[in-house]
Amino acid sequence: MASVIESDSVLALDIGSATTRAMLFDVVEGRYRFVAIGQASSSAHAPFNDVAHGVEGAIQKLQEITGRIFLDSDRRLIASVQADGTGIESVSATISAGATLKVVVAGLLADVSLESAENLAESTYAQIVEKISLNDPRKAEEQIDSILKANPDLIIIAGGTDNGASQSLQKIIEIIGLTTYLMPSEKRPVIIFAGNKEMRNEVRELLEPLSSGLYTTSNIRPSVEREDLAHARKELARAVVSIRKKQIPGVDEIDMWSGGHMLPSAFAEGRIIKLLSKLYGAGKAVLSVNLGASATTLNAGFSARLFSKNYPQFGMGASLTELLKYTTAEDIARWLTIDISPQRISNYIYTKALYPNSIPATKDDLQIEQALGREALRIALHEAQEKLPTDVPVLNKDLLPLFEIILAGGSIISNAPTLGQSLLILLDALQPVGISTLILDQNNLLPALGAAAELNSILPVQALETGAFLNLATVIAPICSARYGTNILKASLRRADGSVTVVELKQGGLEVLPLKIGEVADLNLQPFHRANIGHGAGRKVSMKVGGSAIGIVLDGRGRPLVLTSDDIRRRELNKKWLWTLGG
Amino acid sequence: MLAPVTYNLALTTILRKRVLPVDGEVIPKLNQRVAATDVIAEASYSHSHHLIDVARILGIKPNVAEKLVSLHVGEEVSAGTVVATGFGLFSKPIKVEHSGRVVATGGGQVLLDISQKDFQLKAGISGEIIEIIPKRGVVIQEVGGLIQGVWGNGKIARGRLHVLAQKPNEILAASQLDISLRSLVLLAGSCQDTDSLKAAADITARGLILSSIHPMLLDFARKMPYPIIVTDIIGQQAMNASAYKILSTNNQRENVSLNAGAYNRYTGARPEIVIPLPHADIPPVPRDVDLFAPGQAVRLCRAPHAGAKGTLVNLPSGLKTLPNGLRVMAAEVKLDNGERITVPLVNLEVLG
Repeated sequence: MASVIESDSVLALDIGSATTRAMLFDVVEGRYRFVAIGQASSSAHAPFNDVAHGVEGAIQKLQEITGRIFLDSDRRLIASVQADGTGIESVSATISAGATLKVVVAGLLADVSLESAENLAESTYAQIVEKISLNDPRKAEEQIDSILKANPDLIIIAGGTDNGASQSLQKIIEIIGLTTYLMPSEKRPVIIFAGNKEMRNEVRELLEPLSSGLYTTSNIRPSVEREDLAHARKELARAVVSIRKKQIPGVDEIDMWSGGHMLPSAFAEGRIIKLLSKLYGAGKAVLSVNLGASATTLNAGFSARLFSKNYPQFGMGASLTELLKYTTAEDIARWLTIDISPQRISNYIYTKALYPNSIPATKDDLQIEQALGREALRIALHEAQEKLPTDVPVLNKDLLPLFEIILAGGSIISNAPTLGQSLLILLDALQPVGISTLILDQNNLLPALGAAAELNSILPVQALETGAFLNLATVIAPICSARYGTNILKASLRRADGSVTVVELKQGGLEVLPLKIGEVADLNLQPFHRANIGHGAGRKVSMKVGGSAIGIVLDGRGRPLVLTSDDIRRRELNKKWLWTLGG
Repeated sequence: MLAPVTYNLALTTILRKRVLPVDGEVIPKLNQRVAATDVIAEASYSHSHHLIDVARILGIKPNVAEKLVSLHVGEEVSAGTVVATGFGLFSKPIKVEHSGRVVATGGGQVLLDISQKDFQLKAGISGEIIEIIPKRGVVIQEVGGLIQGVWGNGKIARGRLHVLAQKPNEILAASQLDISLRSLVLLAGSCQDTDSLKAAADITARGLILSSIHPMLLDFARKMPYPIIVTDIIGQQAMNASAYKILSTNNQRENVSLNAGAYNRYTGARPEIVIPLPHADIPPVPRDVDLFAPGQAVRLCRAPHAGAKGTLVNLPSGLKTLPNGLRVMAAEVKLDNGERITVPLVNLEVLG
């Protein structure tokens, strides 16, 4: 199949655990544009057990929408454009379907190389089931038996600074080697070695015959102070796809369609965020959040540096009951506008976990689902914040760093019946500070763009610029310790037609200045009481601002957002905030 | 659109493949009948090892220690067997502490497999062995009733079925469980308290079939010595009419098997109740995969009609707007009570 660079249209396939998407990108008036999307239920699970059914369904939907034909009468991909216009030149593919990978991490010191191995594992759809390090007080045979019981899909070994001591690492490698030797050959895991580069040959010699695939990559902890996951993430992406090929029928074929470039969706999304943060330049951090059925994924780009976290325990599908280990039904109920008992919320969670593809069909259930989304995203961010690099721009280390661009996806957010609901979920869960542009990835295109970037770096940039995403709102969220009800910010918006709108934001308040998509206006922000909108306490800001679906949103509800314990007042406030954003 | 299928069948042919996680020994012969609790395959799949580090004990280099080790891979050893003897006049021999089998030697170390028993795989359902999968397992065929559940506590048992819940919406009370019900598989309604689960254990019930269970009871239920299968929901809900009808019409039927294996949506394994029934001919095997189509019997899995049964009457094209504003692919369903409603397709399962 031809490279994307030589061709016009690209078919992007994304195989999720609940939904499979087929997206068409094409050149319109000399620029790549997102054309259409077809969606179908995923089929990685029983009784189908073959991703091909879901992929075919999604492509057939896309064919119905676009009138173009990509599959022949035998439902095989027409792998190049024919004289009659059928077929497609280039295919990209991403996957997030599949059971959460069981991963064993091994390193020398718990708070150095082992921590980096954990960070690497947490960037994909993985659950760490066992940790081995020098700090481990267990006997070698206990470690061996623990790994055998854990029955891992993947083992990540880190440790040793480059050219540093290797004897201690040797012991860890021997334990891993002995363990995999004891496993039946078909049960042996994939192994990634990301430690002291001097040990690579030895590792290859010992572990390659004892694994179902060995990947060696550069040291993720080349020195005690420095962590570098960039290269290891690529190898991890390859390893994950290789595991999925063995686990799920049909993945191999779809990978072939993509020329062997299939990527895990979380990795592909991280790639596009890294690219965007590079394009936007220094000082403009970019965050993407994806509230998916299999996991909640966070990717943060700081001047081309990527921070990536994936939380299967906060997925909105089969693993939803895990959320109750981190929060309570009472805390989830805080986000509702109506009185629903914690017991009913708990029952909802278990039902959703049993039927992960199902959706809320009543107003009450929709509220519960959106409350669960808020809580899962809020906790995932809280967990991630503890591991963020210390040098990222923040107003307060307990709050979200300053992100200029925030991209959000996942069906709870992007399929909400109103844009006001989508925005309020994000404001409540993320609680952005300073000035941020919130963008909705309504069609969950980010992974597809990340995969396409593997072959064609122009496509994602042009697709982003040409309306593939919905500009939801520009959010201004000041930090201020003034009393509730005090004026903390005056916003003045001068539109191109000369009209001016002035709004004063009170502490605790939420206001909207409408500015339609396509319009540009001058925005002057005058903080009071030393309120900080990201440029220093009390500092005024004047800026050009572009229009968006909801407009400019002034969020003075406080950071962190503290909800009143008065149930009736809290529900009224939740209702009022939603009404302010358009219902 | 592909449809998920749940089977509640009064009479069908059930085929189940039961395989070991690793190579092992398959016990029954072709065409032999087995019971659900029979062990049909065994494997050595040890998670219990003992490492003897001769080099470290003697304080010598591994390559030197290696020459002193007198055991070989595959050798069965009993406690007290000498592994190696050091140098010098007063050197004590190093002995094996646990009986076991040598699985690895090298670098002056010896690794023993000290597991006491092999991994055993139970049949899970009664029936006839119709295929032997060499070294791995069997395919079992049974003819009878089949009810699939949504949650199981991992246990397997069989026994006589006794209908305790006289209606699909009954809630089980501990006081209902007396000694007259010992050793029976009980159709027991919804369980909302631990006392009922304890009482069932006290009377040595062979198993509980529940419509629903309170979510806080799940951990406790996993510890019960008998199988528990939930047919409908985690929470509180009446049993779906088709499952209740099949079960209640088989009251006092012998050899009913409960395989309460966890629901795994990737492998398709589900907790299942199988009721062996006399038959003249072999009924057809139900289809694994189906497409949504008018005329199918369907069950609704979400509110406001969770658990309700009906018939799919129409599949309108395009998206439909639900009362909560979501736009979805939907189906028109005529419920068994005559009400006609629009339901998101993803909230339906076909009743096989």
